[in-house]
Amino acid sequence: MAEEFFIQGNEACAKGAIAAGCRFFAGYPITPSTEVAETLARELPKVGGSFVQMEDEIASAGAIIGASWGGAKSMTATSGPGISLMQENIGYAFMSETPIVIVDVQRGSPSTAQPTMAAQGDMMQARWGSHGDYEPIALSPSSVQEFFDFTIKAFNLAEEYRVPVFVMADEVIGHMREKIIVEDSIEIVPRKRPEKTDDYLPFENIENGTTPMPAFGDGFNIHVTGLTHDERGYPDTNTPETHDKLVQRICDKVLNNKDKICSVKSENCEDADIILVSYGAPVRSVVEAVNKTDKKVGYIKIDTPWPFPDEQIEKLTANAKDIIVVEMNLGQMYYEVDRVCKRNSNVHLMGVIGGLLPTPDEILEEIDRVGGN
Amino acid sequence: MPKENRFLPYLREDRLPHIFCPGCGNGAIINAFLAAMEKAEMDFDNIAMVSGIGCSSRIPGYLKCDSLHTTHGRALSFATGLKTANKDLDVVVFTGDGDAASIGGNHLIHAARRNINLTVICINNNIYGMTGGQISPTSPKGSFGTTAPYGNQDTPFKLAELVAAAGATYSARWTTVQIENLVTSIKEGLKNPGFSFIEVATQCPTYFGRKNKLRTPTAMAAVMKANTVFKSAADRMKPKDLEGKIVVGEFANTQRDEFTENIDKISVEKFGKKTLINSAYTTEL
Repeated sequence: MAEEFFIQGNEACAKGAIAAGCRFFAGYPITPSTEVAETLARELPKVGGSFVQMEDEIASAGAIIGASWGGAKSMTATSGPGISLMQENIGYAFMSETPIVIVDVQRGSPSTAQPTMAAQGDMMQARWGSHGDYEPIALSPSSVQEFFDFTIKAFNLAEEYRVPVFVMADEVIGHMREKIIVEDSIEIVPRKRPEKTDDYLPFENIENGTTPMPAFGDGFNIHVTGLTHDERGYPDTNTPETHDKLVQRICDKVLNNKDKICSVKSENCEDADIILVSYGAPVRSVVEAVNKTDKKVGYIKIDTPWPFPDEQIEKLTANAKDIIVVEMNLGQMYYEVDRVCKRNSNVHLMGVIGGLLPTPDEILEEIDRVGGN
Repeated sequence: MPKENRFLPYLREDRLPHIFCPGCGNGAIINAFLAAMEKAEMDFDNIAMVSGIGCSSRIPGYLKCDSLHTTHGRALSFATGLKTANKDLDVVVFTGDGDAASIGGNHLIHAARRNINLTVICINNNIYGMTGGQISPTSPKGSFGTTAPYGNQDTPFKLAELVAAAGATYSARWTTVQIENLVTSIKEGLKNPGFSFIEVATQCPTYFGRKNKLRTPTAMAAVMKANTVFKSAADRMKPKDLEGKIVVGEFANTQRDEFTENIDKISVEKFGKKTLINSAYTTEL
């Protein structure tokens, strides 16, 4: 029997984490994500998991990476200021190919700005926040149900590709209460333990670029470093080929599987004059606006902002004259949509900041403005 | 044929030669650690090492155990996650004065406050070696570095005392001149079921020595030896007379609740559930 709950988004995220097998959480209090930590502080001891309140977000990111090598699925949750602090260790997780989940309940920004108001200002930080070349995976929930589902999906993707995965929520989704349905059987991806062979190489390019990962204590005696390393994990910082091969593989293991990772949902796009593109909380208003208008308007909801679903979006928008990107910042994913669609369509930005969700009526006005009344 | 070092089986021989400079204290400290590890009757296969960035943080990379070479200053936060996720592991952290006391200072005092069962070897050479001789938070007042061309004006941290005050259940300081004492303290630290901090004052002839007219390791060792005051004697001395001295001895040796045991206790006592180990590898939770 599937179970139903009427809960807050942040609580649903915590519930999803436990369902996905998360048994280690480290975090630091920050609005509007704190309920994720509070819920896990209460629930993790019940399932043999560990909760640690760290001294700051830098330490939180470090602790979940350490815990992941200790053999636990691990997660942290934060908001913009915390994500800024975590970036160096997030880069370390990409370089060391450590599966972790980072939940960002976005708030007004930059700086401390609006702790209790919604925004989507961290989308490019999820993409480019740490230094260097890497390919992140990020999911954006538009409902409490999706915050639950996407948290589970984030853990599965993290294990499958040995990468950090972001769940890019926002204050609206984090704090709203909705009904969620939890199915009896939830698909979860366990970590693959490598076989103990003489020629095991912990950072080898096998299968789809992702090598099975042992836990510390398994007897593999592996060396893990953020320095450029060879397939044994040993530092080799001066050979251009070693660096090129490593970083290329770390990027390719995500890029070569985009068709499996990327997800969009869409409606009425085939013969639409105008297509609205959105993700996260604003999708709720976008759907309502599309249902209300009598113009030929469709919408695309991006579930996975990263890696950016170029192909799906290009295909869906091929016949649209105008595209309006609705997001709660002054243009972030807009530039990605523009990059992909500008040959065929005029791409417009409806960027809303201040903390309030754009309303369906405001979106209808934008449709009128773009489409001509 | 030179006699083979008896600790060679613990090393990743395929990583040799190492990157340490001639005269560096790291070799003596690795020897001291391995001797202490044997004396403490530890299972080397159960040891996992964590380190940050700097010369001392390169040590785990040469030892044949699971080793996590992390970001600058953050080793203790990674170690906290690793130890909490699998408290059966013996987790050892190698760090330096810049790594532990400057960029990682906050993690250091909080790990001590938690009394998490980690053994931290902090190799204090009073300078940033890896980046070429800049002053550190433990550089003596008046010493020279590439970022203190007119002499360091700042007062250095006393790390072993700081960590003891922050709540470590074992804290000690020795120099590379007192290897036997160092071995004993590392052994004590490994056996202590709580946060153990062993500071080792060491020589960096390449940078500290060059900038401070102590170009040879023997000259540096002689100065260290001359400046050493045992804690029992230091306790009876005036602060003024202790300026520029290296006080050696134990600064904490006590017992209190350990962090990961407390986490486990809540799970077991309140919910009848032991903290899971290696849960990532299963779907049967």
